[in-house]
Amino acid sequence: MSRILVPCHVKGTVALQVGDVRTSQGRPGVLVIDVTFPSVAPFELQEITFKNYYTAFLSIRVRQHTSAHTTAKWLTCLRDYCLMPDPHSEEGAQEYVSLFKHQMLCDMARVSELRLILRQPSPLWLSFTVEELQIYQQGPKSPSMTFPKWLSHPVPCEQPALLCESLPDPSRVSSEVQQMWALTEMIRASHTSARIGRFDVDGCYDLNLLSYT
Amino acid sequence: MLQEESDLSLIIAQIVQKLKGSNLYSQLERQAWASLQRPEIKLESLKEDIKEFFKISGWEKKLQNAVYGELSVFPLPSHPAAPPEHLKEPLVYMRKAQGSWEKRILKSLNSMCTELSIPLARKRPVGEQKELLNKWNEMGTDEPDLSLFRPVYAPKDFLEVLINLRNPNYENGDSLSFRTHLGLIQIPLKVKDIPELKECFVELGLNTGQLGIDDSTQVPPELFENEHVRIGQKVLAEQDSAAAQQYIRQGSPTALRAELWALILNISSEPEDVLYYEQLKTNVIQHDLLVDSLIYKDVKLTASNDDYYFVFEDYLYQVLLCFSRDTSVLSHFAYNSASPPKSYIRGKLGLEEYAVFYPPNGVIPFHGFSMYVAPLCFLYHEPSKLYQIFREMYVRFFFRLHSISSHPSGIVSLCLLFETLLQTYLPQLFYHLREIGAQPLRISFKWMVRAFSGYLATDQLLLLWDRILGYNSLEILAVLAAAVFAFRAVNLMEVTSLAAAEAVLADLSTLKVMPLLQIFLFATVT
Repeated sequence: MSRILVPCHVKGTVALQVGDVRTSQGRPGVLVIDVTFPSVAPFELQEITFKNYYTAFLSIRVRQHTSAHTTAKWLTCLRDYCLMPDPHSEEGAQEYVSLFKHQMLCDMARVSELRLILRQPSPLWLSFTVEELQIYQQGPKSPSMTFPKWLSHPVPCEQPALLCESLPDPSRVSSEVQQMWALTEMIRASHTSARIGRFDVDGCYDLNLLSYT
Repeated sequence: MLQEESDLSLIIAQIVQKLKGSNLYSQLERQAWASLQRPEIKLESLKEDIKEFFKISGWEKKLQNAVYGELSVFPLPSHPAAPPEHLKEPLVYMRKAQGSWEKRILKSLNSMCTELSIPLARKRPVGEQKELLNKWNEMGTDEPDLSLFRPVYAPKDFLEVLINLRNPNYENGDSLSFRTHLGLIQIPLKVKDIPELKECFVELGLNTGQLGIDDSTQVPPELFENEHVRIGQKVLAEQDSAAAQQYIRQGSPTALRAELWALILNISSEPEDVLYYEQLKTNVIQHDLLVDSLIYKDVKLTASNDDYYFVFEDYLYQVLLCFSRDTSVLSHFAYNSASPPKSYIRGKLGLEEYAVFYPPNGVIPFHGFSMYVAPLCFLYHEPSKLYQIFREMYVRFFFRLHSISSHPSGIVSLCLLFETLLQTYLPQLFYHLREIGAQPLRISFKWMVRAFSGYLATDQLLLLWDRILGYNSLEILAVLAAAVFAFRAVNLMEVTSLAAAEAVLADLSTLKVMPLLQIFLFATVT
């Protein structure tokens, strides 16, 4: 399924905290990231990809234009999606994640803004966020091409002339030939990834010291 | 739904790509061509008829075993946006730690090279090549001067690195909190607790027959042993890898063990494999590597001094020297957090066409490395088969014991699992040992890094390695380490220093592995 990257502007994360930020102990457990699409009209969202960094749960709210004339509404399309099965341990903490249209709770047509709500209830982590956020919309369904006229408007097929009984049925022969052609194409297309096994360069293995890169 | 389908097709594509380069692929091709002569293969249903033929002649089973082998080894395909380093190790700080550890090893090797004025690699003159060829089967009689060589690192150096491993995003404050790690490992990896381990190792339960317990002399063989041997023979007749892996969870009869391990690891002795081993032997004879001296030193220090393994000294050289030349081992670095050391041909520094890996297999041996091979010598006497089994065991399991990674079978997770089990189920013992300055991991680390080789009696060790193969995981090493501490808990409570604690746990050669594991997992009152 093809997809197109939508250029987006990711605003800075805003921490949600109760009370005065300066005096209260402890770190915020909820962060909000706003994503806007300044140069793009409302589009149909296909996929969201990002790299997690110690976020435990993710909720996403989306601002949709339901029709041309009503004001846009905010809807929750993902609620408490679990990224880390155990918020206190490293499992899932730095994984790459993809979220698709079919996983969302609401329709993703005509999206104009996104709001990601990140939650990390564990006090063990110093910070958490999501990185490398990328939003995709549906790509074109099939390559648009103009067909030559004789392909798109074929001549009505003629009745094949009856051949002698001793000759094989032409449709059977053509299907067999097609199968064999498919097999040869497969063999030609396949290539192996096996190594050759030589460790030296033209018989020489006289080395410098080991490199540190 | 879409996600699972696309994951499945990705896995299938990956496995097909891997198998295309293998022997099995060319054999299947040959068989398919040959089968065209058969009368039941018709042109119009070519695909289905050949598939049917493969099923009947047993080739489908071989393909199944190969696919099962690939699934056991290769990790699940990762996200398309994930770079290759992510597949090696997902956590960035662990990759960095592994990188700096490797840099230290390379510096050590380089300085050894310059201090002793010995080149990393040297082409042998023809006379020396002939001499080595003649002595190939008795390299143990050679007594080269190895006094100037020292092992690149020992397990305790590696333990220090693991102790100092820190996640920069983790609360590592001095004040004790509910999550302070009282052991040596300070990384919050997910490890299993006893209820989860019971579920995972269900075949080791009290109600299931085990070799190592239910084959002892007091138990009449009709109760379990005879039937188990019969089932084992049937599994071998069927040549099914997956069935063998399930079967071996209850232990393998001694007579069937060599064949069962070969079936699980999908090793068959084709003429091509023997030829490949001979080619490696030729490479050893042509080039002399600095790493060879390290291997010699390691064998002389460890295996030759061991009562059980000194007889296999010559085999160990034959396997380990060839192992260093084997470039097919390089493919395991795709899922190993470590990377092979790189160098350039002299005079061509920086030119990529002249970049090579050193040693050719990318693995620098450490003190005790030869102990991974030694127990296998009891099972396999033909050098090329012994070599293949060792290589497969290394790229499936042993590499995890000396590289820094977050994998559940990696050494960091095993250490944390051991410490957590001990702390949770033997809290008094753990507290006491910690108070006297004898952190339990300092004693058990060397057991786990060597997979208990050289510490247990050989028959017990092989029963343990049966379970490693059966469960495709090294977690059982950490469970056994905790079980050993539980067994000697009474004595350990009375010691007052690290040295005394080491003395209590110095000799494990009388321990019976399976009863210890069973009691610790299934019979301890918590």
